[in-house]
Amino acid sequence: MFKRRNFIKSVAIVAMTTTSMLAAGLSGALAANEILKIGFVGVTSGPAAAWGISNARSMQARAAWINETGGVKIGDVTYDVEIVTFDDQKDPKRAIAGFEKMAQEGIHYVVGPNVDDGAAAVRPVAEQNNIIYFPYAFPKALYTAPASNAVLGMVANYQSGPAIYKYLMESKGVKKVAFVAANESDPLSQREGGVAAAKALGLDVVSDNVTYQVDTTDFTPVLTPVMRTKPDLLVLSGVAPANAPQLIRAARELGYQGLISTETAQDASVLQEGAGELANGFISVGGASTPEIATDAMKEFVDRYTKMFGEYNDESNTKVYALEYILETMKANPASKDDVAEFKKTIDTLSVPNIYMKGDAKLQYVGSTSFGQKRQLAVPMVVNEYKDGKFETLFIAQVD
Amino acid sequence: MEQVLANGAYLGAQYALIALGLTLIFALMNVLNFAHGQMYVIGGFVTYTVYAQIGLPFVVGLAASAVTLAIVGALIEKFLFRPVIKKSVREESTMLLAAGIAFFLDAIILLVFGEKQRGVPKIINGVFNYNDFTMVMPYDKILVGFLAIASIIIFILYMQYSKTGRAMRALAQDKVAAQLMGVDVDKYSMIGFALGAMLAGVVGGLLVTVTGINLGMGGPTSIKAFMMVMIGGAGVISGAIAGGFILGMMEAVGLSVLAAYGDITYLAIFVSLMVFLAIRPQGLMGKPWG
Repeated sequence: MFKRRNFIKSVAIVAMTTTSMLAAGLSGALAANEILKIGFVGVTSGPAAAWGISNARSMQARAAWINETGGVKIGDVTYDVEIVTFDDQKDPKRAIAGFEKMAQEGIHYVVGPNVDDGAAAVRPVAEQNNIIYFPYAFPKALYTAPASNAVLGMVANYQSGPAIYKYLMESKGVKKVAFVAANESDPLSQREGGVAAAKALGLDVVSDNVTYQVDTTDFTPVLTPVMRTKPDLLVLSGVAPANAPQLIRAARELGYQGLISTETAQDASVLQEGAGELANGFISVGGASTPEIATDAMKEFVDRYTKMFGEYNDESNTKVYALEYILETMKANPASKDDVAEFKKTIDTLSVPNIYMKGDAKLQYVGSTSFGQKRQLAVPMVVNEYKDGKFETLFIAQVD
Repeated sequence: MEQVLANGAYLGAQYALIALGLTLIFALMNVLNFAHGQMYVIGGFVTYTVYAQIGLPFVVGLAASAVTLAIVGALIEKFLFRPVIKKSVREESTMLLAAGIAFFLDAIILLVFGEKQRGVPKIINGVFNYNDFTMVMPYDKILVGFLAIASIIIFILYMQYSKTGRAMRALAQDKVAAQLMGVDVDKYSMIGFALGAMLAGVVGGLLVTVTGINLGMGGPTSIKAFMMVMIGGAGVISGAIAGGFILGMMEAVGLSVLAAYGDITYLAIFVSLMVFLAIRPQGLMGKPWG
């Protein structure tokens, strides 16, 4: 009996030792670098899936590129970047669950959510769990003190809208403007901001109460009353890429010959397929892959993204930036990797070259003018005009 | 007013065709097919692939959508609904299965066709302009509207005069009696489900030319189809057609008349539907006993 017990014990010890050695060897062989986890919580299913998927894929493409070229060095340690994704289904409750999951995994930096209500809902969870997050949502309260954990990942409509309207007033003689928005929180709040900006510039707002359901399959009835107001400019406030071609098509088919614009990013191939030449002249806000400013690094990103996922999404031009900012901030201050207070300190001082943009552009946090503190990524505000399947740059501006 | 009526007629034709397949499946099997919208989306993507990607004629794309969805529908009935219906008498089992299939098809659509909105080149260019923009209707919408109405007529004739159609109607009226008269329940249930799915595929293939298609259109399409079926009477073919045209007209009129008050068209439609169902729960043409 004694001998048998000793035998079992010996076998167990040998087995455990062997397993441990194998595990250690295997992990050493598989992961030369330590792992740095960065989160993504956003919408990757349902009608708005294109927003979140382009977001997640731009992070995954950039992370794969970094890992393939040896990882990212933060302080004395080199890390492979792992993107942990969570589909919030555009539901604030799911977004909260996503942030709780990130907190459980010890992740301090999360990109997303993609919409206003989700971004507002996760604020308490982010603040309680020391998470800095990078929403693509525009409510100023998220970025204005006492809030301090959210950093706007793109150019807001109240920043791009006035610039576009002013440009169109001066260059195209626009005087009357009409707004159309989906009946959802983001587009409606963007419409309000756009109407206020247009009125402040002295434009005559001839229609600002027509809305549509996001699942609308025929926009002719929606736009019929708007067209009767004969605007010079039709603004599609916060329009989703899925709806933009249909709205443009319906407006043109109703005989509208004025300008059409939006303050959201669009995809040229979607416009080409959905509206064809009827989309020519459509003005939208784009990212940094426009030929005038794209560096070789941006071209390589687009190339890698395309190879990895089969097709590029023009919205990813803007969305590649968040991960870059997180990593550059950590590189500038290695203590910020696990300490968001240190991260916030570095936000105020970070200034490193922007590898995606030609010239002497810098990666630096901005937003002092809009939010009273630096809680916005400086991404180029590129205003594009769609023409024959491609975007042509109208003008480029910077935000502070 | 001419424009509003034209908008309503076009919407009604497409809605009626969407609702037909759903109500057929319900009539034959007492199954609320929550995946109907996803089948519509697959139909749109198949036409997109064949017509826009491969470059074959639009008619081939439409036929490919019809055949693909008929096969998908037949397989779903044979391997999923039939075993569940035989093993469980509880209606919620098939409802849960249908919901599961909807999620599954959503995932498949995302994997195969991606997240982007897709569209195809216009099948006919140009716009019908009556009396200097008093009424405007693009030619492709007019064609799609006529094709939808033609599909509805062909479907009704098929159900009325073909042997298969008569068998399916017998099944819908009384399954036990039909079985006693020698109708093969399994066979005709499968054909009926395939036909219902095929109609979803056809309407998806037709509408991709006008509205495009994307991953997220499935759920809302199912909800609208349920509304039409509830208005007309669940399981009644003529009811689904009436429900489709009523919803289309209500939407067109509401969007025009109520535009000044914001987006309250669907609020008004839902309130009207609630009041209507409280008064007539079986719908316009349904029977109170089912």
